[in-house]
Amino acid sequence: MLCMVCKQQEATVHLTQVVEGKIKKLDLCEACSKAKGVDDPTGFSLADLLMGLGASQEIAQAASSGESSCPTCGFTQADFKKSGRLGCPDCYRAFSDGLEALLKTMHKGHQHVGKAPGSLAGQTQTQSRTPGRSPEDRLQALQRSLEEAIKVENYEEAARIRDEIKALKVPNGGAVTA
Amino acid sequence: MHLLEFLRPPQEAAKQSGPQDKIVLSSRVRLARNLSGSPFPGWAKKPERIRACEAIRTAVQELPEMQGAFAESMDALSGLDKQILVERHLVSREHAAKGTGSGLVLSKDESLCVMINEEDHLRMQSLKPGLQLHEAWQTIDTLDTRLENRLTYAFSPELGYLTACPTNVGTGMRVSAMLHLPGLVLAEQINQVVQAVNKLGLAVRGLYGEGTEALGNIFQISNQMTLGETETVIVERLSKVVAQIIEHEENARGTLLEKKPKVVFNHIGRAYGILANAHSISSKEAMNLLSLLRIGLDLGLFPGTARSLVDELTILTQPAHLQARYSEKLSAEERDIRRADMMREALRTVNRPVIPPDTAEPLDKPPPA
Repeated sequence: MLCMVCKQQEATVHLTQVVEGKIKKLDLCEACSKAKGVDDPTGFSLADLLMGLGASQEIAQAASSGESSCPTCGFTQADFKKSGRLGCPDCYRAFSDGLEALLKTMHKGHQHVGKAPGSLAGQTQTQSRTPGRSPEDRLQALQRSLEEAIKVENYEEAARIRDEIKALKVPNGGAVTA
Repeated sequence: MHLLEFLRPPQEAAKQSGPQDKIVLSSRVRLARNLSGSPFPGWAKKPERIRACEAIRTAVQELPEMQGAFAESMDALSGLDKQILVERHLVSREHAAKGTGSGLVLSKDESLCVMINEEDHLRMQSLKPGLQLHEAWQTIDTLDTRLENRLTYAFSPELGYLTACPTNVGTGMRVSAMLHLPGLVLAEQINQVVQAVNKLGLAVRGLYGEGTEALGNIFQISNQMTLGETETVIVERLSKVVAQIIEHEENARGTLLEKKPKVVFNHIGRAYGILANAHSISSKEAMNLLSLLRIGLDLGLFPGTARSLVDELTILTQPAHLQARYSEKLSAEERDIRRADMMREALRTVNRPVIPPDTAEPLDKPPPA
């Protein structure tokens, strides 16, 4: 069996991890395992590694649609396929078609509902004059995700979003920090 | 100031305490941020990286929480310095490998660390002893909010904070707790716990992946997903999971002591025996045995000895920390010898484990007739 990274050396390091109920496997040669930090217990997650390797299928898919290169920084689909990293913030727009599916497999949702610049979220409740996302926007975003979750019959997700909306509607501005 | 003069001595670093620190070694929240209109560090050309690094470093150093901070360019640090930062869990291995155009700002109390031009322009983290995930989030949230007044972040209303790797997009947040779980490992329940945690979409890190022993029985648990949930929801979930794991670990320790006291005392006694008498010991073996010594301390088998001694030795016996004590370059074999010397010396005043009287003779059966 050849190493999944360099595809040249014999793979001698084999890793298995269950991520979200799915078995992910990884076969590396010794040199690549060291290079990827697999020999270090403190900074190793198979999931991180999989971003560049096991998830290559999804990344390949993500890279195969949309524009071939980012107009801002010149980063190409091939670069993304190789590294699993993007070139600049605008790449998210340039490769948005393919990225959407990839983000769905990786994350809970595809709409950001957390902190936004200028909102001073979680600290003060004076959010009105700043240009960031207002609680109303966030509520709307959540509402949209909720409808979508119900549409695809993902009730577990729907219940979670419902709770989040409830938390947001609490008079203190939704700060649920303990 | 040189890094080694800036950092707290290991003896002092080992003394910090926090809630639940018997099992939770530390809590950490890391945020990834990037500058708007600027390529990510991995794709940026060297002059662009240097420019971004300068701008960020100036902004970070101006923050009130960074007064008296250690700020340095990565190319100005020696290989040994960088390795020491990794061993103290202050920078990532990836960041330690960086040179020109990357930097580091570390607060005076070492609880806040900003890595500049790692994978993202900014990787800022708050590190607290014990279980303090909410506190760590609030601290880093404040720093982030102050910083956003000085820098313009790459942000999209749909995708949140834009990061070099799509796995971090959204909140850009990674919340993690470092747990010492020897009870679950000895009771062979760690597999189930790891699997259950994975099912919740959380990652368990450790050299041997899921289901096997991690070095020194230390496991790091963190969130994987960053898009579609608020920061507080993520922090809350991880806190709940960690609280449950603490309960499981305590139960496992209780059950082991009740059902298999000899197994527990055997492990601890042997660990003490080797650490107090060995003349050569590898870093890995030392970590694993120190973990057993730590549980012995938790169980009260070493009266008069503070747990911080084990934590101090854990820091001190790591390769770079050990090397830093000597001016000449040590080979791995020499390090193993010096490490063992240091252990014997440190344990000279620690008495053999005391087995509690009620468990010393658990077989209180009447003699056979």
